[in-house]
Amino acid sequence: MITKRIIACLDVRDGRVVKGVQFVDIIDAGDPATQAARHAREGADEIVLLDITATHEGRATLLDTVRRTARELFVPFCVGGGIRSADDAALVFEAGADKVSVNSAALADPMLIEAIGHSFGAQAVVVAIDARRDPNAADPVRDAQVFVQGGRKLTGRRAVEWAREAEARGAGEILLTSMDCDGTRTGFDCELTAAVSEAVNIPVIASGGAGTVDHFVDVFGRGKADAALAASIFHFGVSSARSLKEELAKAGVSVRLPC
Amino acid sequence: MRVTVIDYKAGNLTSVLKALRRCGAEAEVTDGDLSLVESAERIVLPGVGHFAATERLDATGLTSAIRAAIARGVPFLGICVGMQWLYAGSSEAPEQPGLGCFAESCARFPDGQEKVPHVGWNSLEVRPNSRLLAGVEPGEYVYFTHSYRAPVTADTAAVTHYIEPFAAAVERGNVMGTQFHPEKSGATGLKILGNFLKWKGTE
Repeated sequence: MITKRIIACLDVRDGRVVKGVQFVDIIDAGDPATQAARHAREGADEIVLLDITATHEGRATLLDTVRRTARELFVPFCVGGGIRSADDAALVFEAGADKVSVNSAALADPMLIEAIGHSFGAQAVVVAIDARRDPNAADPVRDAQVFVQGGRKLTGRRAVEWAREAEARGAGEILLTSMDCDGTRTGFDCELTAAVSEAVNIPVIASGGAGTVDHFVDVFGRGKADAALAASIFHFGVSSARSLKEELAKAGVSVRLPC
Repeated sequence: MRVTVIDYKAGNLTSVLKALRRCGAEAEVTDGDLSLVESAERIVLPGVGHFAATERLDATGLTSAIRAAIARGVPFLGICVGMQWLYAGSSEAPEQPGLGCFAESCARFPDGQEKVPHVGWNSLEVRPNSRLLAGVEPGEYVYFTHSYRAPVTADTAAVTHYIEPFAAAVERGNVMGTQFHPEKSGATGLKILGNFLKWKGTE
């Protein structure tokens, strides 16, 4: 039986893992390679490394960090941040990533999704969507506003329609972050996640708001997520992926155990 | 343990090499140097992406060289699209023939019940006497990411259920394949790659 994935996310800035609250208030949370290895050892099903400032500051993805992190990692490894072209993606794959996550660059040029998929396969292209509910829209959830540049810039796109276009262009997965919930540890935006998950036929990874086991149970149930991402819940030893999955199994969620 | 890894510009080569080396293999890569296939002790064909990419194997002469190596008894492991290539073909690229070691063809999962692609960790039902999957216990999980799959037949070494049962691994003589990615399947995956590397090719 296919299991729900628990994905450990490392937000990286200047080669260090950091954690922000609603995209600001950055605190240091360690070395990416060490953290990634620990999460894999502790049962994470996948590792995502996002270079959160790459787009903003125009820096290239930290290939060296990717190489170092990939070296001892034998679970799927996705890298995002600053990937603007199929050539950028090629360097990240060569450094050891299995998937790349594209966000701002895909919104600026949606053909990028096709370009990367053509060379590396649809399974290697994750389209990341940062969305915030729009109280002024007819449907505040489906029409959640899509932002880029770490939540600093509005795009005019809406969550569900952009997810559908990304799928049509060959995205392999959607990484959906609720900006309303990110860093708050008050739970995922299950309505937003379900709206996107039901609108596409590719896996949706829920992100933003993880704080307790119940939040994960909720997003896998009501939120119809195929995978869920957690960052702050793990970094400070609050919980390991393994203990989280053991609790999820007790709640009836199918997860990879033992791991 | 020397292993020749085929690069046809569509594989996640870095990850596969890293995992093979972690298992103690001396891995070399060829994207067209046929002498490396002719002298190969073991061959791994990785694969992600589209079945049509295997056209490059024909264009470079690798298909004939691999066919000859398999006929000599060289242990061969195809991963994901590399496994699918061992069959007659795939509906993903009907005009592109596979190697034909296995007579069946690969086809897309049916739409409408679950999401396609099948992405994530799923369990294996290992059939008795599999050499490739020796030591893999019931309930161990491996990582899949694919939309096409091979049918369950007498050569199937492990079955996985997604929408319906399909061949998660295949094995006949010196020819083996996994639909899942052992290089991305943690300790279980490394154990499977280790089995392939240790298999003497005579049993």
